[in-house]
Amino acid sequence: MENLELIIPELFISIMIMFLLIFGVFKKNSSQLVYNLTTVSLVAALALIINLDTQIQSSLFNNSYNIDNLARFMKILLILSGVFVMLSSSKYIQISKISKIEYPILILCSILGMMVMISSNDLIVFYMGLELQSLALYVLASFNRDNLLSTESGLKYFVLSALSSGLLLYGCSLIYGFSETTNFNQIMVNTKEVEYGLTFGIVFILVGLAFKISAVPFHMWAPDVYQGSPTSVTVFFALLPKIAALTVFIRFLYIPFYELGDQWQMIVIFLSIASMVFGAVAAIGQKNLKRLIAYSSISHMGYALAGLSTGTTQGVQSSITYITIYLVMNLAFFSCLFMLKRNDEYYENIDDLSGLSKNHPLLSLSLLVVLFSLAGIPPLAGFFAKFYIFVAVINEKMYFLAIVGLLATVIAAFYYLRIIKIIYFDPEKEKFESKHNLGLKFTLAASTFFILAYFIYPSGIVDIISQININ
Amino acid sequence: MNFPILSSLILLPTIGALFIFFVRSSNSQYQSSKYVALFITIANFFLSLYLWIVFDKSIVDFQFVEEREWISGFVNYKVGVDGISILFILLTTFVTPICVITVNATIKNRLKDFLIAILILETFMIGVFCSLDLVVFYLFFEAGLIPMFLIIGIWGGERRVYSAFKFFLYTLLGSVLMLVAIISIYWITGTTDVIKLYELGIDAKYQNLLWLAFFSSFAVKTPMWPVHTWLPDAHVEAPTAGSVLLAAILLKMAGYGFIRFSLGLFPDASLYFVPLVYTLSLIAIIYTSLVALMQEDMKKLIAYSSVAHMGFVTLGIFTMTQQGIEGSIFQMISHGLVSAALFLCVGVVYDRLHTRLINRYGGLVSIMPKYAIVFMVFTLGALGLPGTSGFIGEFLVLMGAFKKNILVATIASLGVILGAAYMLWLYKRIIFGKLINEEVKKMVDLKRFEIVTLWLLVLPIIFFGFYPEPLINSIEVSVANMIDMNDLGKINKLALGE
Repeated sequence: MENLELIIPELFISIMIMFLLIFGVFKKNSSQLVYNLTTVSLVAALALIINLDTQIQSSLFNNSYNIDNLARFMKILLILSGVFVMLSSSKYIQISKISKIEYPILILCSILGMMVMISSNDLIVFYMGLELQSLALYVLASFNRDNLLSTESGLKYFVLSALSSGLLLYGCSLIYGFSETTNFNQIMVNTKEVEYGLTFGIVFILVGLAFKISAVPFHMWAPDVYQGSPTSVTVFFALLPKIAALTVFIRFLYIPFYELGDQWQMIVIFLSIASMVFGAVAAIGQKNLKRLIAYSSISHMGYALAGLSTGTTQGVQSSITYITIYLVMNLAFFSCLFMLKRNDEYYENIDDLSGLSKNHPLLSLSLLVVLFSLAGIPPLAGFFAKFYIFVAVINEKMYFLAIVGLLATVIAAFYYLRIIKIIYFDPEKEKFESKHNLGLKFTLAASTFFILAYFIYPSGIVDIISQININ
Repeated sequence: MNFPILSSLILLPTIGALFIFFVRSSNSQYQSSKYVALFITIANFFLSLYLWIVFDKSIVDFQFVEEREWISGFVNYKVGVDGISILFILLTTFVTPICVITVNATIKNRLKDFLIAILILETFMIGVFCSLDLVVFYLFFEAGLIPMFLIIGIWGGERRVYSAFKFFLYTLLGSVLMLVAIISIYWITGTTDVIKLYELGIDAKYQNLLWLAFFSSFAVKTPMWPVHTWLPDAHVEAPTAGSVLLAAILLKMAGYGFIRFSLGLFPDASLYFVPLVYTLSLIAIIYTSLVALMQEDMKKLIAYSSVAHMGFVTLGIFTMTQQGIEGSIFQMISHGLVSAALFLCVGVVYDRLHTRLINRYGGLVSIMPKYAIVFMVFTLGALGLPGTSGFIGEFLVLMGAFKKNILVATIASLGVILGAAYMLWLYKRIIFGKLINEEVKKMVDLKRFEIVTLWLLVLPIIFFGFYPEPLINSIEVSVANMIDMNDLGKINKLALGE
């Protein structure tokens, strides 16, 4: 009998999905109740994960499912972000009339899929998790089905994502063909020498994964999907799939393909540089805030990949730190976006922010902090995120990557400054509503405080992350 | 001595800013938030004055050192002062209250936000001057961009957006390379602690690249020719208090950085790059002086004169002689006072006539005699007349330069003449001449708070002009130690073939 208590959180979420589905179908008008129950069950799942014995590093089901520090930390991060996303977007889905029982259940499904991805130690388990989360995400992207942009984004995401899943699967089959196993650890043992088939397999898998975290040149879907989806789904897109995909990235690069570092290092460096530079340059001309944040997240993924490209444990840890801080910054940014509401209509163009600071000083201050942090200006959290990355990168003497990355931050600073300019220097417009629900306010306050106060005690997160060791 | 006096100096303005932030805003309470800011900054000034008094000037070590674990196993929060940095802290805490007083006339809207920005900026400025760790230094150095960007952008003039962006992006671009260098230093030596780095030294083969990376940051901030173009824009558009802080303190961060890091950490590379710095400094002195002669706008003229004066500073630092470095520090302090005062003077007339064009003025002496007097003192201070603090600085720098290279010193001396030319001409065009403009006739002489702020600046300029001993005394040991420690003297002799 396997040690099932280690996967209690996953089991719990699965049961909740089924229960909520039945509950929602049989009880009329229960969408809000199901939504709240989902939030509660996420909190419960979080408690269950934290409650797990942290000493245990074990793997289940014939070594195909890993419970280690990496999985534990990433799951906590995942569910925590999930809870905050639910808290901040509850009002939005009511007003946008997408409050249906399927919505929170789909979110739970995709979170379950991500948890499986995070823990997977086997090609098949990994693919299963990936498809579970993707299928839920396709539906979520087109959830506002009366809206042309939303349906378009859902379809676009589906087609492109299916293509990338196909590539990924092809890569998996190549790897299986050349290593005779689907288990990550076994692949590492069986692939000591470089063969063309293996290299192709790695390339295909990297392409598929790069698509999932929207790294250049596989980023085309991101801006459209971010813009088209309802904002509550966009924030979900911007946060959670990135955590799962990055974890899988780490696992692939550092367990099965670790010995083949020469094969993938150049690819990852290329992905990283291309994402950093392209994300920074392409965001300059954007007018829609969601589209802009899509490009900005492309650029941020480039930095996270830069940490991975080092091939060291320190690099992995810096990437995890980066993604943690990235999540908080994006959460804060989207919370601000949820507050731009007037007469039951949400505003998402940069020009709508004009002169915001006169009418909404506190909201503007939060945005100011978030944007400077996204730009990586000290002493805000975003600076430390980049700092750790560059420490890891420079340690490996990859000066070119470091300098390109830093120059890209200067370019990126320009468009963040442009938003600040519009908020603070431009003439004011009509007021937005200033009443918001508690969850949203709490999310914004907590994330802004984290960004502002991170410098006081930066060791806290780093100490936790330094326990994550891949090999 | 267990009281963390430096950390209190750093934190006090932030606490004041938080206090102002959390007090509910209403128009009637704007005044009270101003008094809070004034109180905090003056308290900070007295605290730093106390620091200066108890500071032991005969010891070479850093004093009041505080160390606390920060990023575990990597960077420690470490602050401390020596004879050099203490003067800059004093300058900062002296100029900031003056800025707070000037908000009366210049800032019409969002006074509270402005005061918060100024106070936060003071925190960062003091932090720059007392940090003894490269990462902490970088943190403060960069963080100062945020409040300054907002000060220029929100309360600035017509082209404030352009200027604010230019200021921010120029300095950010310069600084990112410094970050690469700082991290590289960590991997080369295993520490970013400045005191330890002074002891360890950095292998000569790495020094040149690292020096260039630091130089790219400091050169933009100083600013040196040809990356000085952001300064005139930033100065012209910034509100008076912003210009004052920019000229008096933000530019000094770079000069301080040159002494503390470029000379202190990379002595070999500094020597190697002396010709580069000499060339750029001389171009700055001559070229920007000529440009200053052509300016129609008062603030632009003073901004260009700042570039020229900072040219003297970089020149003096890289003579690597006792006199040169002391002169540079003295020049920085003096320029901090004089340029602050000049920008205040421009602010005074700008508030009355709302133009900075020189040709709109003329004949002010007959209607604003008090203004004419103080403006004259500052003009003379700027051109380095004996008896003002400007003279001591330039004199020492030139003395150091003559020791090393007569040609360079001669060219730099020409700059002094040009400096006198544009300053006196500016004075003549504004104060003397005929009263042509009808509106000028309606201008009133200095108000009480203006008299207070301006005379507060007149006193040290003249006092240190006649009696530079307190300042020189304070930096003497530290500078001598800096030269001994890095064998700059020995290197000098080698270079001269002795």
